[in-house]
Amino acid sequence: MDQKHKQAGLTDETVIQMYEMMLLTRRLDERMWLLNRSGKIPFVVSGQGQEAAQIGAAFALNRDEDYLLPYYRDFGAVLAFGMTVKELMLSAFAKAEDPNSGGRQMPGHFGQRKNRIVTGSSPVTTQVPHAAGIALAAKMDQKPIVSLVTFGEGSSNQGDFHEGANFAGVHQLPVIFLCENNQYAISVPYTKQVAAKNISDRAVGYGMPGFTIDGNDPIAVYQCVKNAADRARRGEGPTLIETITCRLTPHTSDDDDRAYRTADEVKKAKELDPLLSFRTYVKEAGLLTEEREQQLEQEILHIINEATDYAEQAPYASPESSLQHVYADTKGGE
Amino acid sequence: MAIISYIEAVTMALREEMERDSNVFILGEDVGKKGGVFKATEGLYEQFGEARVLDTPLAESAIAGVAIGASMAGKRPVAEMQFADFIMPAVNQIISEAARIRYRSNNDWHCPIVIRAPYGGGIHGALYHSQSVEAIFANQPGLKIVMPSTPYDVKGLLKAAIRDEDPVLFFEHKKAYRSIKGEVPDDDYVLPIGKADVKRKGEDLTVITYGLSVHFALQAAEKLAQDGIQAEVVDLRTVYPIDKETIIESASKTGKVLLVTEDNKEGSVMSEVAAIIAEHCLFDLDAPINRLAGPDVPAMPYALPMEKYFMMSPEKVEKAMRDLAEF
Repeated sequence: MDQKHKQAGLTDETVIQMYEMMLLTRRLDERMWLLNRSGKIPFVVSGQGQEAAQIGAAFALNRDEDYLLPYYRDFGAVLAFGMTVKELMLSAFAKAEDPNSGGRQMPGHFGQRKNRIVTGSSPVTTQVPHAAGIALAAKMDQKPIVSLVTFGEGSSNQGDFHEGANFAGVHQLPVIFLCENNQYAISVPYTKQVAAKNISDRAVGYGMPGFTIDGNDPIAVYQCVKNAADRARRGEGPTLIETITCRLTPHTSDDDDRAYRTADEVKKAKELDPLLSFRTYVKEAGLLTEEREQQLEQEILHIINEATDYAEQAPYASPESSLQHVYADTKGGE
Repeated sequence: MAIISYIEAVTMALREEMERDSNVFILGEDVGKKGGVFKATEGLYEQFGEARVLDTPLAESAIAGVAIGASMAGKRPVAEMQFADFIMPAVNQIISEAARIRYRSNNDWHCPIVIRAPYGGGIHGALYHSQSVEAIFANQPGLKIVMPSTPYDVKGLLKAAIRDEDPVLFFEHKKAYRSIKGEVPDDDYVLPIGKADVKRKGEDLTVITYGLSVHFALQAAEKLAQDGIQAEVVDLRTVYPIDKETIIESASKTGKVLLVTEDNKEGSVMSEVAAIIAEHCLFDLDAPINRLAGPDVPAMPYALPMEKYFMMSPEKVEKAMRDLAEF
């Protein structure tokens, strides 16, 4: 029998790229925490534990045409869509060259037009109607473009989730709604947020299919999102996909999760770490040797070190440049 | 040059812009087959089809949010809020998103949308079909707020709004829709957003206002002229960002200023105008800055005597102008 990734239509080459990107995402995320704890950067919002969902989903799209509307944990998704480690580090240090915002926004507020990563804000779920709007534009122009919008399960309680999903359902728009269910909205567990068994149960209300899948399995996520993208491109409308994951860190660098979840719970979550299980998979598939793994870690360390040094030394935007870009014709501070 | 109504000027501008640019499309509640509850989009569904005149679900945040998304993908959406009063569920999309997209992305993304909404009272609309909502948005850099008074201005400013590279709220006074008529050229023209218009020249006092109240001020000015008092009437046209230059020039010239808005007085657009005059024209003033506005109650009541008590009128404006002239 074929290996699982081949059944899903993934080549050996692609599947190892997915692993490498997951590892890069994790090591970058870990570095951000070190920089924060050593007082070098003010803030981190982390995606540890959700890399498989993010990268599995991103790899299932056409990353030269499709749009990504990420939420604040999506380091993996934005890396897969073409943002670089250096650029994310520039955002962490809030430097002028940060392509997301030039140091205007907190880290985790992604946006990069050239890679169709749509600018985001802090009020959660506002990106969901935007994804419907982008898909509407694609449908009007008869372009085979899909928008992928991600959000947490807590966000699925917001009105904008409902309004955006309903709009996409009514107009049969090519949107993939990806709920990264990490089971906590900061401190509030799933059971206090949602009465339905699954977030995907909500799909029926919007006339679209809904799936709940293992967010620790990047191949399963890839396959599900690929099917949804194919449906969307055939004009068959949106899909809601819920990936069950665990948030392995506190909510942000300003949170202490010991106040609301036990060490035992976190320990069990870490046993399900998708990086570990996927590493085992690629090793057993014969795609990763010990030697290559060590080499890969070295390469990633080098990329991250270089990015850190660069971003740390890069200049801030001038204070007066705060006055720029309010409107298209705004002058001042130049 | 034809004489048409204020609402016909809205429709004309929309039609011409949709003919000019295939990226312009309309979305909102009842805008399609019905042509809008006020008929502002009448005939457009028939001309441009359902793909470009989109009847949306009854959900204002989606109307704004979908428009924002489409604009970021290259479209020129014109969203309609059925009444300005119902814009509230979309405030997060308008303020947190539309207003900030250019700034927060350091000029990488932008959001060229227009949101049209009928506002204002005097039509037995009570609390939730009469409100002026501009003050909620008029301290949000990134937004532009246009509130025209005449059919000529409607056409030129709505076309400018649709071509603008930034989000524009376009508030139309619903009592003006059919009661105000005027000459409108058939040809293509745009008027500058951010520029006030002196609708009447005068030396003795200045009335600064916008929307329907411009007409009340002009009527009152004619009456005062019969008594030898020449009032200048400044129509703000854009209430945000505001045209400081024209305000300062007129206030300095006449030394007496009456600020008129149908909105509640406290924290209204006119509060900002008063502050601009106080900062720049203090030593040119011959009288305190006067504000004539709706009372500070939540909104306009339904019963006719109560509505009239709240609503701006030519008589109220005339009395305030005479009082100021005699100061």
